[in-house]
Amino acid sequence: MQDQDKNETLAVEAKGLFKSYGKIKAVNGIDLKIRKGEVFSLLGPNGAGKTTTVEMLEGIRTPDSGSIKILGLDPIKNVQDLRRKEGIIPQGFNFIEKITPKEAIAYYSTLFNVPNRSEELIKMTNLTNVSNVIFTDLSGGQKQKVGLCLALSNDPEILFLDEPTTGLDPQARRNIWEVIRKLKSEKRTIILTTHYLEEAEELADRVAIVDNGKIMAEGTPHEIIKEYGNGMRLNVDGEAGLLKVFRKIKGIKTKYGSGKFTVIFNSEKDIVKMVRALEKSGKKWSNLKISNETLEDVFLDLIGTKEKD
Amino acid sequence: MRLANIKADFVVYARNFLRTRSALFFTLLFPIIFLLVFGAIFSGGSTKVPLSVQNLNNGSAISLSFVSALNSTGLVTITAVPSNANIQTYINQNSIDAALVIPADFAQEVASSQNVNISFYYNPSQSSAQTAEQAVNLVIQSFNFKIANATPIIHAYVSPVSTTAVGYINYLIPGLIGFSVLTAGVFSMTNIVSSYKKEKIFRQLSLTPLTKGEWMVSKFTWNAIMAVVAIVLMISVGDLVFGAGITFNLYILPIVFFGVFGFISLGIVAGSISKNEETAAIIGNVITFPMMFLAGTFFPVSSMPMYLQEIAKFLPLYYVINGMNAIMLFGNVPGLLFNTGIVAAISLAFFFISMRVFSWKES
Repeated sequence: MQDQDKNETLAVEAKGLFKSYGKIKAVNGIDLKIRKGEVFSLLGPNGAGKTTTVEMLEGIRTPDSGSIKILGLDPIKNVQDLRRKEGIIPQGFNFIEKITPKEAIAYYSTLFNVPNRSEELIKMTNLTNVSNVIFTDLSGGQKQKVGLCLALSNDPEILFLDEPTTGLDPQARRNIWEVIRKLKSEKRTIILTTHYLEEAEELADRVAIVDNGKIMAEGTPHEIIKEYGNGMRLNVDGEAGLLKVFRKIKGIKTKYGSGKFTVIFNSEKDIVKMVRALEKSGKKWSNLKISNETLEDVFLDLIGTKEKD
Repeated sequence: MRLANIKADFVVYARNFLRTRSALFFTLLFPIIFLLVFGAIFSGGSTKVPLSVQNLNNGSAISLSFVSALNSTGLVTITAVPSNANIQTYINQNSIDAALVIPADFAQEVASSQNVNISFYYNPSQSSAQTAEQAVNLVIQSFNFKIANATPIIHAYVSPVSTTAVGYINYLIPGLIGFSVLTAGVFSMTNIVSSYKKEKIFRQLSLTPLTKGEWMVSKFTWNAIMAVVAIVLMISVGDLVFGAGITFNLYILPIVFFGVFGFISLGIVAGSISKNEETAAIIGNVITFPMMFLAGTFFPVSSMPMYLQEIAKFLPLYYVINGMNAIMLFGNVPGLLFNTGIVAAISLAFFFISMRVFSWKES
């Protein structure tokens, strides 16, 4: 009874996913449970294994091992059934050069054998004034929106958006976010991969931080910060001599580099202690800022700061 | 196979094609340009070949009548070489393909019935030189008969092989129809398959219910329509500009359609096996260029050396053109059927290979 209940609420259930390309282990043991109607974000640096994971969920790639159920269906065996229930924007979405958004949506509607919703979709994505412009002449953001329209043409229950805003300017990115929020309000399940923390924080109900083909942390942004974060931090600019002042206070960690201090602490009482100590020291300081740790802080802690590809 | 899918994909492909000027140019205009250029070069103009003559026996009646006999064969246009010129040097300096020297003692030797040699110089690589040699031999023979007081008994009765005269232009039109079927099919598919692969459009299509088979049927349909348009254009231009006697013949459609089918399959194979668009373009050229020159596009295969004729028999385009020639020039239905059968078999083979190597999925 409980199991059945679980099946009905899960949109994605993946167990023990592995995928290698030659010697490279792209996905090295990933389990996922994504509930219906939630926005789930796979967050990680380039080359972390996000796209390979999502492509296995979509049925574009076959895993070396592991099992996947999407809406209770096997993405390889039931691919034709699933294609009618899912909408996909692959990474680096591209379309036939000289076809307009309106024509592209009409084309997809015929292929999926569903009513043509081009007017509605074009309006929703704000493509009205370019609905008759050929694909090559559209801007990056407009092209991505065409991708969204195509992914939505079959009115899918579940959407896979693989880095939908990569390479877009901030304004175009925010436009796409707006559309995604609208889709979220329509109770569609959305799986969003991104390497922009801001995007995951802005849109996702739950986040999985992926690195080296593994999930490093999973939960709501709040849960992740609580579990993996170190509490609060104080930033202040000042001379090196202040280091002594901070060292005297127990239970805090102080980092210093080129005139900038980062102090990590847990108790609000420590704030009072630190401010008093600063005042007493008589040394110059400026730009004092106290904040809770963000997802970005945790993310950088978890994956390190080294460049990967 | 869902007809609606084929239709939708056909409409998208046709729109994209019609909005791409280069595609239109290569499919329709390019063969017409070839028709105009080759038609203009080989028909309507003078069929006479140049022949340089150095008459060292100038002034003798018999040498002059020899030259005028040459003139009246209608095969050569005679240019006189100054009698003081060294003939070898003169040939080299003026790039002459055929030259004749009448010796100084020509009249005297003929009068005394002595053997006399006229020297004929020619460039063996030029077919025009062979025509000049023919003219010279013809005149020598008739002079010999006259001197020997004999009359030739055997005459050739010359008549054209077809009810309509088979002029060069009439060979050129079926040849260029074959050319356009070949290039349109191979080039458009190598280009589309390699670029769709690179631009990830196949991946995009694989996310829809459209099948590879439906996609191929729509490409075949479009190419078949383009082939018919090219045929009508070519026959009309041939008729209007060169007065070619070829009319549209429905019987050629099966061989043309099998040709389209085979060549788009071949293009899909070439596009599938190449890593990128550049390699695909090279492979496309390697397939089409030798084939279009050797399979009788611009010249009848029978005018080529034997070993090239043997090579031509391995080229699918040869059978496409042969079949069209059979029906369009000679009204030869069995010839058409035979070639249609061969083209159908080759095309099916290409199709099966293409289905093996063509994939929308990424490796």
